[in-house]
Amino acid sequence: MSAKATADRTLRGRVAVVGIGETDYYRHGASPDPEFKLALKAILAACGDAGIDPRDIDGFASYSEERSEASRLAAALGTRRLRAATMQWGGGGGGCCAAVANAAASIVAGLADCVVVFRSLAQGQYGRFGRATGIDTISGEKAYLMPYGVLAPPQRFAMRVRRYMHEHGVGQEALRAIALASYHHAQANPRAVMYGKPLDAAKYDASRWIAEPFHLYDCCMENDGAAALVLVPAERAGEFRNKPAYVLGAAVGSGYRAGAIPHNSPHYASAGFETVAADLYAMAGLGPSDVGVVQCYENFTGGVVMALAEHGFFAPEEANDYLAFDNLVAPSGRLPLNTSGGNLAECYMHGFELMLEAVRQVRGTSTSQARRNDVAMVIGGPMVTPVSNLLLGSEATL
Amino acid sequence: MSGEAARTYLPQGLPIPVAEADGLSAPYWQGLRQSRLLVQRCRHCATWQFGPEWICHRCHALDSDWTEIEPHGLIFSWERVWHPSHAALRQHGPYLAVLVEFPHAGGVRMIGNLLGDPGQAVSIGAAVDGVFEHHPHPERQYSLLHWQLSSVR
Repeated sequence: MSAKATADRTLRGRVAVVGIGETDYYRHGASPDPEFKLALKAILAACGDAGIDPRDIDGFASYSEERSEASRLAAALGTRRLRAATMQWGGGGGGCCAAVANAAASIVAGLADCVVVFRSLAQGQYGRFGRATGIDTISGEKAYLMPYGVLAPPQRFAMRVRRYMHEHGVGQEALRAIALASYHHAQANPRAVMYGKPLDAAKYDASRWIAEPFHLYDCCMENDGAAALVLVPAERAGEFRNKPAYVLGAAVGSGYRAGAIPHNSPHYASAGFETVAADLYAMAGLGPSDVGVVQCYENFTGGVVMALAEHGFFAPEEANDYLAFDNLVAPSGRLPLNTSGGNLAECYMHGFELMLEAVRQVRGTSTSQARRNDVAMVIGGPMVTPVSNLLLGSEATL
Repeated sequence: MSGEAARTYLPQGLPIPVAEADGLSAPYWQGLRQSRLLVQRCRHCATWQFGPEWICHRCHALDSDWTEIEPHGLIFSWERVWHPSHAALRQHGPYLAVLVEFPHAGGVRMIGNLLGDPGQAVSIGAAVDGVFEHHPHPERQYSLLHWQLSSVR
């Protein structure tokens, strides 16, 4: 392959996020609106933020078996012509950045000009993730797990984290620091479901176990709401009212046999980013020291430890020192983390709220602005497969 | 409830494991009912594989065999579960789930419960022996494979 052909095959600097929008965020089951209406509201909000007519959207991208279908959205919004409709395989939040990558790829490839990336969730309408009642028989992967009480996500991931802690000597305090940082940032964010509900170390330590090593506060919330981004080609970024956030890189995937069930992936004690982090940095032409702020999906805090290490911010053996509260908080921590409160304390929108927060950081409009905000990273759904990640940057980084 | 059912590690009412409609895992579940542990092994390249798949991940042969192995292993990881994610587990708990690795079968792993005191200290690397738990369910008989520390025997 020629060098030119390789260089051409990048998202770097080709696409800009020009609009972000979200609904109010609700506790699970508390949304007054059904899921599809939430999706519409978030998309309208993102279009309003950009200053774009929703009829000019020509593509939709989502993930995690999103139920609000592109064709129905296009019909409901009066979209003049639908040109791209992509869905990332995989459940959970592993696909959140991949959905942005798919949308960006559609734009770079000339398939579409204005793509909305979104996620909508109304668990009151469709049932909760953390419950597994109502199934009589089970086959496939879950048949090897559920009869033993390994039912819901906390139980599916606790063993992976326990193994990682064992292999690298990671202590409970590292997990706690992640929870404390998320809750700290949520106290500055009026959108956050946990706004006004601070967490301290004593409260964390006293909280009930869900599945050891996860306390209650190590686990993401379950929420209702929707959020959306508007993506356009970089050359059009100046047409819109807000400061653009450019895609510097994105990557998707997982390593060798990461999907081997049940719990048989050869590299078990992993968040799944070893190959994916390398791809991200290669596309962006950046390394971990260039990243000023990180939004990392927390299904469980333990996955954040693994994911940050696999992105090169510290060696696994350094986790206990690096993952200290002061290092993780804006404005001037070493690596401000989950500055909106994230899945733990802002809203569990399958990580999509992290994407919006990365855009706010680059714009300079976060409620917990990091001192270094030119390059913002998003890490999607550690420990699932496939996983994905994203780097956004200001115009100065191009 | 029969006397046998009352001795199960977890309460009745959790989902009952069945083979897929395509039959891929049927030998495994049938083996457990006969107190035998069967794992796939490629008849061409001798690679061990679990969970079952239609193809050998190493040589891509499509006719993997099932081989009986001794139900002994090492604890690879574990968790103590407190929060009930199923109605059958309310008022029950904590309980222990372990991931057991089989060094004599290519290092494949299986999930089971660790019998004994649910509050016990658990050590990664500890040797465990399998204990078959038979469920004489009237319509769907099935069996599970649990673990106990080897020194407990």
